[in-house]
Amino acid sequence: MSSAAPERCDAVVIGAGPAGLAAGIRLAQQGLSTVVLERHYLWGGLNSFYKKGGRRYDVGLHALTNHADRGARKLPLPRVLRQLRIPLEALQLGEQLGSRTVFPEASLRFSNDLDLLRSEVRAGFPAAADAFDALCDELAALPHAVEAGPQSVRAHLLERLGDRLLVDLVLHPLLWYGSPTPSDVSWPLFVVLWKSIYEEGFARPRGGVRPVLELLNGRLREEGGELRLRTGVSEILHDGGRVRGVRTDGGAELEAQLVLSSAGWPETLRMLGPEFTDHARSAPIGELTFVEACMHLDRPAPELGFQDTITFWNHADEALYRSTGAEPYDARSGVLCCPENYAGQEPETEGVVRTTILSSAAPWRDLEPEAYAATKAAAVDAAWEEVRRFAPDARPHAVALDAFTPRTITRFTGRLDGAVYGCPQKVAPDAAGLTGLQILGTDNGYLGIVGALVGGAQVATLSGASITPRALEPAPEA
Amino acid sequence: MSNEDIVLAIKDIIATIAPDEELDGLTLEVPLRDQIELDSMDFLDIVMELRKRYGVNVPEEDYKNLATLQGCVDYLGPHMADKELVVS
Repeated sequence: MSSAAPERCDAVVIGAGPAGLAAGIRLAQQGLSTVVLERHYLWGGLNSFYKKGGRRYDVGLHALTNHADRGARKLPLPRVLRQLRIPLEALQLGEQLGSRTVFPEASLRFSNDLDLLRSEVRAGFPAAADAFDALCDELAALPHAVEAGPQSVRAHLLERLGDRLLVDLVLHPLLWYGSPTPSDVSWPLFVVLWKSIYEEGFARPRGGVRPVLELLNGRLREEGGELRLRTGVSEILHDGGRVRGVRTDGGAELEAQLVLSSAGWPETLRMLGPEFTDHARSAPIGELTFVEACMHLDRPAPELGFQDTITFWNHADEALYRSTGAEPYDARSGVLCCPENYAGQEPETEGVVRTTILSSAAPWRDLEPEAYAATKAAAVDAAWEEVRRFAPDARPHAVALDAFTPRTITRFTGRLDGAVYGCPQKVAPDAAGLTGLQILGTDNGYLGIVGALVGGAQVATLSGASITPRALEPAPEA
Repeated sequence: MSNEDIVLAIKDIIATIAPDEELDGLTLEVPLRDQIELDSMDFLDIVMELRKRYGVNVPEEDYKNLATLQGCVDYLGPHMADKELVVS
């Protein structure tokens, strides 16, 4: 097992989600000996998959944002795939059939063609239609990465569109798809979300998230990188302002010049030891977390009448997007996903529908097993009581159900409080101020699977270029 | 590696990075970025592949020397004289 001398490599990546895997590939491409460490026995992080009772479950979004055709080389998805040397065709993307944002008083349909949303707004909110068109045009002219803008995007949109319901309807899917901030979103993240969802749109890789993760893992291997599962990092080792490696949960040391952490910002600070304790305590932990339930049905979901690809609902008096505080869940705001409703999906004998509702970490933390199971079941039922107001009730057709809570998220991803979208205060990759330590993933402010790939690849490319592989140092190579 | 081989080496790297680009008509003296679509990230990829394939480390302050194919030949020549052409 462990020898006297610690193992050495050029770069260590903490966490094998999409960001960590993309980073690992880019580091290995540069000729750096690279090890990706993952505490869980599966890779994928917040976008993973598992099997239970012989059925396959994807966690996370069931889809990619940023859909783009092969010719659109400047867009994030083709661009990052090119960097990772993965042909776009390999993902076999199918575009969404159409989604909706649904409030009690009104709803809007949208697809990967922004013109549908524009025409919906023109039909439902004629007074605001010109202002909405102007907003669309203005956002279309912006790049994905913008500097800080209006303090409150909600207030900004209200001022421009002059209709609270319209603002709520338009913002709802964007907040649900990736804002770590309650009820609002920062301007840079809003621009990314708008472009990723309304301009480019949803697409699903044939077979779900698993084939994407297989491709990433395969590319990592081809480039000579190594993925080590069941190997968590307990501590990031550093001396005199410079990183020197990591200590694993098993106590082994792994020396490296470069450590890239996708564990999250507050989570990474906690690995840095006593001198960072105060810093770690003051780093805010995201409050947005969810209860998600995947239901397998005795027939394809479209046969039961599920037509939308994704439905974002809000049945509360005001648009609800925040932690549920002392309550374990609040089903008045949520998301219904039908992964079958993408073009070109393999026909399945069993249907799948997924519900996601607002939650909060604290109420789940100390529940005894029985109460935990009962609360979880109640949360799933509450979700379906809301869904049946705008879609069929799938419960009579359920053949299998699995749900997860904030506690599950923390257990399998290490995210404190199950904070799916990370901490509200996004940080630069070098925020820790230690030479050789870079932060990547959600807490850099990127969105979804594609954002994670883009961010991971970029941080790894720039930081990897700054070091010399050991193999190139004077010592002769075998 | 001859100067012609260095041009082949660079073209092969670009073909890996940007498989859709037409590289036959590239001229030596015109900046690569004016002839094909290469952004700064792609440029880092060229540096990355040089390091990986040939063990040549191009420091950041020297990137400007790689702007044209002729620049690549002049700058990389001494570093790659004893290297074998690698074509993917």
